[in-house]
Amino acid sequence: MSVVPRLGNGHKFRFDQVRQAWVLLGPERLFMPDEHAVEILKLVDGVRSTDAIVDDLASRYNAPPEAIRADVDTMLADLAARGAVKL
Amino acid sequence: MSLFPPPLGLILELTHRCPLQCPYCSNPLELERASTELDTQSWKRVLDEAAEIGVLQVHFTGGEPMSRRDLVELVAHAASRGLYTNIITSGVTLDDRMMAALMQAGVDHIQLSFQDVDAAANDFLGGSPGAFAKKQLAAARIRGAGLPLTLNFVVHRDNADRVARMIEMAEALGADRTEIAHVQYYGWGLVNRAALLPSRAQLVASTLAVEEARARLSGRMVIDYVVPDYHAERPKACMGGWARRFINISPSGRAMPCHAAETLPGFTFPSVRDTSIADIWHRSDAFLRFRGTEWMPEPCQSCDRKEVDWGGCRCQAFALLGDMNATDPACALSPRHEVMQAALDETPNEFTFRRMKKPAAGELAPPEPV
Repeated sequence: MSVVPRLGNGHKFRFDQVRQAWVLLGPERLFMPDEHAVEILKLVDGVRSTDAIVDDLASRYNAPPEAIRADVDTMLADLAARGAVKL
Repeated sequence: MSLFPPPLGLILELTHRCPLQCPYCSNPLELERASTELDTQSWKRVLDEAAEIGVLQVHFTGGEPMSRRDLVELVAHAASRGLYTNIITSGVTLDDRMMAALMQAGVDHIQLSFQDVDAAANDFLGGSPGAFAKKQLAAARIRGAGLPLTLNFVVHRDNADRVARMIEMAEALGADRTEIAHVQYYGWGLVNRAALLPSRAQLVASTLAVEEARARLSGRMVIDYVVPDYHAERPKACMGGWARRFINISPSGRAMPCHAAETLPGFTFPSVRDTSIADIWHRSDAFLRFRGTEWMPEPCQSCDRKEVDWGGCRCQAFALLGDMNATDPACALSPRHEVMQAALDETPNEFTFRRMKKPAAGELAPPEPV
């Protein structure tokens, strides 16, 4: 079943001009996502489902959806366990 | 030459004034008086300079930051500079009006402290009758405003057996996050160490309570857990390493790598009144002194964990050994590790509550640094 992920309460995903990098800021915590995670997080908007996120990335990177889905599920589950994403 | 990476967090001790008197307060024993506090414009300039060099999060703390009448204005200023704003409060003065004003200002998160899950014990430790009920109301206001809520519980001998209940209360109040933080033994905590240190059995039980709650609440509530050093085999990476992540600024504007650093001898901590945040971070002796690993003695220097714990805590080495350059005695590899066990064997004393010293008759406010 596909869910609609959203950022955890109080979390902000933004581009930091000083570091020239995306950062995920939350209550007394901070994540520096790698480039794969950044592309996934850009699509976590509380509207898109994980299916839609996988389709978007698969078509943009011309990659098999099954491989993308594994990456997306793993990363979102990890961030959900840390409270940064709600599934 | 490439610069050291910018700080992640700015900790502003806006004031040392506080309605509570907790005997493990992290403020220094010599509390700074209201007359020495930075003014609003100076704090705003600090926020501007911090945002410019790459600070991402600002933590407004104290004392009680709501004792400053310009807290809302400072939060709004920080938010306008794109800083993630966090307020660390006792909650006893957080009324509906303040909550609405902070939301309008763009606050991102509030951490609300409780001294205990037991109301009478909570009010005794804070020295403030009725505080527990006020904190409950503050928690409801924060959640009612839709803001993420962290509850913070400081754990010690008298309440270590109630950790599971603390987490249950946080759950009932709708907290997104809970900090179960054993007392850190500096300043007031060190003065009251014999009365506060938990036994090893208590520490093990509190750790178990946290682990059980984490498993039960995974994906619903984050639980951060901080242990005391006294039962440890390896030291903590204090502040994530000296001057690696944070700048802490005292009410009068002195910048330090951590809030306890002013206990260290032979330091001149730069003031934001006359030194920029960039100069403080990149060029001040106080921030460069223990940054990295070059300063380390053995056994740290040849240890494979030296970039994990960064040599532990300089303030603890000084407080317990009288030598801030020594290996943190919390480490079992320290030749002086036995001082930790000796502390555990001390006879409990009566609490000394946190209070400002009364000025002697005719004493004026201390001179301001120039």
